[in-house]
Amino acid sequence: MTSVELRGASRWYGSVVAVNDVTMTIGPGVTGLLGPNGAGKSTLIHLISGFLAPSRGEVTVSGEHPWRNPDLFRRLGLVPERDSVYAFLTGSEFVAATARLHRLRDPRSASRRAIEMVEMTAAADRKISTYSKGMRQRIKVAAALVHDPEVIVLDEPFNGMDPRQRLHMMDLLHAEGTAGRVILFSSHILEEVERLSGTIQVLVGGRLAASGDFRAIRRLMTARPHMFLLRSSDDRRLGAALIGRPSVTGVELGTRGLSVQASDYGAFTREIAALTRDEGIRLQELLPADESLDAVFSYLLAAS
Amino acid sequence: MTRLFNPVVFLVTLRATLGRRQALLLALPALILIGVAALLTATAHSPVWPPEFLGVFGFTVVLPLTALIIGTSVLGAEIDDGSVVHLLATPVPRLAVTVSKFSVAVVLTVVFGAVPEYLAGVIATGATSRLTLGLLAGAAVAAVVYNALFVMLSALTTRAIAFGLLYLLVWEGLLANLVAGARLLSAGQYSLSVANAIAHNSSLNAHLTLGTAAVMGCVVTVAALALGARRLSKFSLKGEAA
Repeated sequence: MTSVELRGASRWYGSVVAVNDVTMTIGPGVTGLLGPNGAGKSTLIHLISGFLAPSRGEVTVSGEHPWRNPDLFRRLGLVPERDSVYAFLTGSEFVAATARLHRLRDPRSASRRAIEMVEMTAAADRKISTYSKGMRQRIKVAAALVHDPEVIVLDEPFNGMDPRQRLHMMDLLHAEGTAGRVILFSSHILEEVERLSGTIQVLVGGRLAASGDFRAIRRLMTARPHMFLLRSSDDRRLGAALIGRPSVTGVELGTRGLSVQASDYGAFTREIAALTRDEGIRLQELLPADESLDAVFSYLLAAS
Repeated sequence: MTRLFNPVVFLVTLRATLGRRQALLLALPALILIGVAALLTATAHSPVWPPEFLGVFGFTVVLPLTALIIGTSVLGAEIDDGSVVHLLATPVPRLAVTVSKFSVAVVLTVVFGAVPEYLAGVIATGATSRLTLGLLAGAAVAAVVYNALFVMLSALTTRAIAFGLLYLLVWEGLLANLVAGARLLSAGQYSLSVANAIAHNSSLNAHLTLGTAAVMGCVVTVAALALGARRLSKFSLKGEAA
């Protein structure tokens, strides 16, 4: 099975540690790489794409070491973060040149297909120097996809894209992930990671702070309270009943309903239905108020 | 062939080099050479100035500077602006990348350095002669060896132009003239020796035999390209540090 594996991988520059003892396995599907600036996301992507050697540990892509192994690019497509493309070429020339560098049998049709995938057909014959930042990002993605790689690594791929382009790119990456490819992308926009990827790898200070489904990660952090917003037929009475439960650590009655702090996610979500039924209260709305990646991320940052 | 040369890399590099704004600079040393040769032809009456002028000014100023501008830009400019990543994120062997870019540099240096050297010789002497053919062959050798060194420097350092200029001034300009042993490792001397072997003109100031120049020229060129390719295979991108 195609996968990207890091085992105890570290990378340092002199005394500065960029990636510290990271072990992770990334399988088929879409995985988001999340972390604040300076967390080591780009360094990790460079280790995986063979543009950096690990100082310690091991990095493999489908069992092969990427460092000094250009043949690996037959199976791996890279979309680098830096916004520098051969601006004097047209979009189609750039993608077709990449197809030829991969020695594809039919570079023209491969490049046409890749350009269609990123919806750049209408602008394909224009010079890249005339493209907007979002268009340059899309043509870079087309070049990375042109040889139909098993693994696609994208460093901040949504930079400069407008909302419609982002949605389209998300759909494209989602489809590629569903088709069995390993898609790893980094993004500093949390809602993008949340929308596109159920699986996240969170890097904080060069270390892997969390790994897996982001909602599961949030639930695992039982040491911190979980926030819920509730609306019911009788918020005041429900609040009084909830505060007597051991799983609830705080209740606040507001204009938008009840804000409830629960110390035990599982116990609270199991109990709430029985409690409202026993009290004869109709529960109208129950929302996890802090289930966004923002909340997950700030908890992880505080914990690390 | 594909392990040594890649036509796509060659063509993209050619377009990139000629498409840059600085491309006009490539022709500047050549225009000065031809202009001064024309001026001297009209004013000077000594029969020895053509080999002296074209040997000294042509081989120690115009050719090395033209090769420096071209040789450091074919790879160095892409490393500087980061676009080389798109090329290196493909399975093309790094030796093929290095040799293809070197080939572009040689072709352009021949066009903007060696051919003008020949044309200046024709202007100075009034016809094609052993001297002009010798100058052309010697300049072509200079284009090969200098560019191998400058492409290697581009792979080794981001300050290739500064180090290249330092090498030209200190090694080629000073040590190769003063220290006999240094001439063995002088691209300028290889090219002058080849020119002299055809032109048989003592004013060209060549100090090596053709055999020594040919062997050493090949050794230096191959070693520089191998070292450049080896360094390119270790090309790294730095991410942000924690």
